[in-house]
Amino acid sequence: MGFIHPYDRPNSYIGRTLPRSRAKRAVAGRGRYTDDITPPRTLHAAFVRSPYAHAKILNIDVEAAKDASGVKLVMTGSELAEMCTGPWVGTLKVFENMKAEPQHPMAVDRVCWHGEPVVMVIAETRAQAEDAGELVVVEYEELPVVINKETALDPGSPVIHANLGDNKAWEHTLGSGDVDKAFEEADHVLEETFYFGRHTAVSLEPRIVLCEYDKGTEQLTIHTSSQCPHMIETVFAQTLGVPEHNVRIVAPDVGGSFGLKIHTFGDEIAATAAAIQLGRPVKFVADRLESFLSDIHARENRVKAKIGIMNDGTMIAAEIDDLSGVGAYSQYPRTSVFEANQILNISFGPYKHPNYRARAQVVYLNAVPTSQYRAVGHPIGISVGEFMMDWAADVTGLDPFEIRRKNIMEDDSYPRPIGSGIPMKDLSHQACLEKLYGLMAYEDLLSEQTELRKKGIYRGIGVAGFIKGTAPSPVGYYGAGGARIAAQDATTVKLEPSGGVIVALGVTDQGQGVDTVMEQIAAAAIGCSMDHVRAISGDTDATPYGGGTYASRATAIGGEATYQAALDLRREILHMAGILLQADPNELDIVDGHVVNDGSNEPRIPLSEIGRIGHFQLGELPNNYQPVLSHTRRYRLQDSPYIYTNGIHGAYVEVDVDTGWIRHLKHWVVEDCGRIINQQLADEQIRGGCVQGLGGALYEHCIYDDYGQLQNGTMADYVTPMMSEMPDIEIDHIQTPTSESELGAKGAGESGTGAAPGVVMNAVNNAIKPLTDGRVTEQPITPEIVLGALGKI
Amino acid sequence: MKAPKFSYVRADSVEHALELLDKHGDDARILAGGQSLMPTLNMRLSQPEILIDINRLNELKGISLDGDTVVIGALTRHVEVLNSDIVSAHLPLVTEAMPYVAHVAIRNRGTIGGSIALSDPAAEMPACALALGATLVVQNSGGKREIPAEQFFHGLYETARAENELLVEIRFPSQKKDNVSVFMELSRRHGDYAIAGICAYGKVTGETIDDMRLVYFASEDRPVIGEHAIAALNGHAWSEETKDAVSAALENDLDPMANLNGSAAMKLHLQKVLTGRAMDTAVSRAGGTL
Repeated sequence: MGFIHPYDRPNSYIGRTLPRSRAKRAVAGRGRYTDDITPPRTLHAAFVRSPYAHAKILNIDVEAAKDASGVKLVMTGSELAEMCTGPWVGTLKVFENMKAEPQHPMAVDRVCWHGEPVVMVIAETRAQAEDAGELVVVEYEELPVVINKETALDPGSPVIHANLGDNKAWEHTLGSGDVDKAFEEADHVLEETFYFGRHTAVSLEPRIVLCEYDKGTEQLTIHTSSQCPHMIETVFAQTLGVPEHNVRIVAPDVGGSFGLKIHTFGDEIAATAAAIQLGRPVKFVADRLESFLSDIHARENRVKAKIGIMNDGTMIAAEIDDLSGVGAYSQYPRTSVFEANQILNISFGPYKHPNYRARAQVVYLNAVPTSQYRAVGHPIGISVGEFMMDWAADVTGLDPFEIRRKNIMEDDSYPRPIGSGIPMKDLSHQACLEKLYGLMAYEDLLSEQTELRKKGIYRGIGVAGFIKGTAPSPVGYYGAGGARIAAQDATTVKLEPSGGVIVALGVTDQGQGVDTVMEQIAAAAIGCSMDHVRAISGDTDATPYGGGTYASRATAIGGEATYQAALDLRREILHMAGILLQADPNELDIVDGHVVNDGSNEPRIPLSEIGRIGHFQLGELPNNYQPVLSHTRRYRLQDSPYIYTNGIHGAYVEVDVDTGWIRHLKHWVVEDCGRIINQQLADEQIRGGCVQGLGGALYEHCIYDDYGQLQNGTMADYVTPMMSEMPDIEIDHIQTPTSESELGAKGAGESGTGAAPGVVMNAVNNAIKPLTDGRVTEQPITPEIVLGALGKI
Repeated sequence: MKAPKFSYVRADSVEHALELLDKHGDDARILAGGQSLMPTLNMRLSQPEILIDINRLNELKGISLDGDTVVIGALTRHVEVLNSDIVSAHLPLVTEAMPYVAHVAIRNRGTIGGSIALSDPAAEMPACALALGATLVVQNSGGKREIPAEQFFHGLYETARAENELLVEIRFPSQKKDNVSVFMELSRRHGDYAIAGICAYGKVTGETIDDMRLVYFASEDRPVIGEHAIAALNGHAWSEETKDAVSAALENDLDPMANLNGSAAMKLHLQKVLTGRAMDTAVSRAGGTL
């Protein structure tokens, strides 16, 4: 057959840098976000939130608020509960023995975190709703607060949810080999304890819903800033008792999501309930203050790590013990224990050690619930593993590159499992490491470092390898876990009468360019020009059911579905052309939107003719052929729990050893995300991921006091990375296509966030090593922590 | 994050603004650049009854030289101060400090008078005013009075300005011919509120510190003069020994406030580091060698 593989075609779109189709209008200020849409008669929601971390609600007086100007509805948590099918329980079957307290969308008789929604006010304007909110009087009786994860399991500790018996959400252990024996045999056993601060996503566009209920048709339409519209459709339908097929979720332009927008939030359910009750559109947008108090947080962990090393630098055993402090509830529907679970799964993942033991304990706290945020668990597991690897290098006198060369899995050794038991394949640790060594000119950096130290300038070089789980399968967690979360995805590819192609996606675009990547895949597979392909995403009425964009899956899963659906359409076009041209389809090809003779590329019939005949002139076709010209394919990962990727980061930092300030001078990444569809977009995913990881490593921290009060809920106090502080990030790739799919793409969205914190921590420790035995083991790495490690304060 | 209701009046003259201040007292707020006021309104941290917008009062804008005094109208935007030839020639300390005042967009709206009248302890302009011995001119319907910077800053957002007074002008004595000045601060990110900061202004001959004023900000509840540190510094050659003595003396001057940015111990440590660096720079600017 005359099928040239799309990668091998001249001018193939696969692997080419093309601008994002949505970029032009965003740059022109013409983006269309949910808040840009305001139907006539829209009402606005504001919430009265708990000022306490833990308190009993004794009484709620809403009379004055109801009478306030512009107010249309005041709803309490118990009134909302009556409109809902029941509270959520954030557990998955795959997490054995996990405990979770049922959670109502708004607090009913008890508040469990500072910021939990208690009363909703709906008014003609947001300002009026906020004014009326100030008139709501809630009487509370304070209850004992659990805010310190390290004492939350003590026998005397107050218990947040009496029904659960204690504050433990989950405990899990896994491993392989004989760890105790290996520690006995090791020449060196190294142990350290690490602390990781809570932080949050801070998407530029906050959470938002615009809810419309048509009482005539009983249809519910919600515009929302979401990364998984179908899951939101399912959860909202379930919670509010609206038939799922009557719910339409539209996610127009989305201004960043990072995992924040895969969760269910009570205030959004409340606003939707108000729209149903009032029969008028209701908009709720979380302002920045309430985003800090109600968006999911992530990464509050203490990790104890221990490794056994031989004198030659071989690591023979590793052990970690994680304590995760999640919030007051387990976030529905994905739970709050994933972070801990991923830490156990991936720590020390690049290495060959035969003995591994890992335990996680997850405890509830009176704080904002934590859950999945970009690179779930990876920043923690990678920081810990790579710190220990550098320490092992120090102890054995090896260079950080050398000890990694010795311990990483060989590129020709797959398939093989890592210590946690997870199978690995198609990885390239060795190739990536050697490429990084050259890319960062490591030896030159070493000599510069030595020279500058003589002048009292302390620069540090960091290296950190990683594995990253992307594109989960339906057998691992979702589906098998009992939650209605799709791990498959689907794409419909249609030929329009004009010969143009519509690609309708289950996955979504949050600004990272998913639409463009899918257009490239479809155009390459069919053999038409990009100008003739348009992607539709983010509308559950217009796209096939899919999981959406989470866990670095859009290109890896949705891309394969798109590829296969486009190939189906191609086959049908060639079939129809064969009939019309009385030619053997196997002797035809499609190039630049024309069916051509294979080989000579002599044009035979354009796709516009195929479209015209296929939609209008069906009489020209034989009776036994009814054109479809619309093909849907689904794809799910089959044999592996995830498509794992790998890579390695390098960092060069300067530490002001008198003040503790860190200047991040340069960052390098060599990454293997399999087949790259659009190099610039892949690079920018990695860069953006790095910056978000560096934010968590150096700046971002949700700080609670002993009473469970969030101390820094503004952008002035919660410090995010800004352009002035960020280094240039140089990126290179190794491409090992995954053997799981024909397209061969793996995920690239999160790994930067996963590995950047570890490499910068290693670089800082490398910088201060000549001056101190102290090490930085805590993130974010504030100046105070650096000064502490230096023994200066 | 919507401001509660308030009344808004655009003052058409200084007299009009003062009349409104007389009438409303503490229930009124002056709206100048709005860079601090508007967020506090939107966060409902401040709920004034009336905003008096002075942005059209051109008589409060501008920079001029009056003999040995640089006169800056209170409504002069930070960006105008930053770009002023008069300021860079006569108040190099202020020119050096200005890029640390937040970000470009904020400097385009924010005013020097607003910054001084608000008296945020981490702000740069109050510290510069104190270091240079500026005079703050305030006015009420009865007339003007002049307040030396040393008496103006009373504490966290507290100043000597009375409720019915408007800060109209800042009068900075021009930098003396033989003097040097140094501005330094440390913030987590460029443009953030400082965690520690210093203004050094005075005379250095060779390596000897003749007469230096050290003003510290960001760590205390207001900019403060480091009296003990100055005593340990003036008349001495700048050396490791002097540096140690100044550091030790500084502990009697400062009592840093711990906050989310760091402990009191860290802030004291940073102010000591900045003192050393500022004096290194001062000596170097005076032409001395280290």
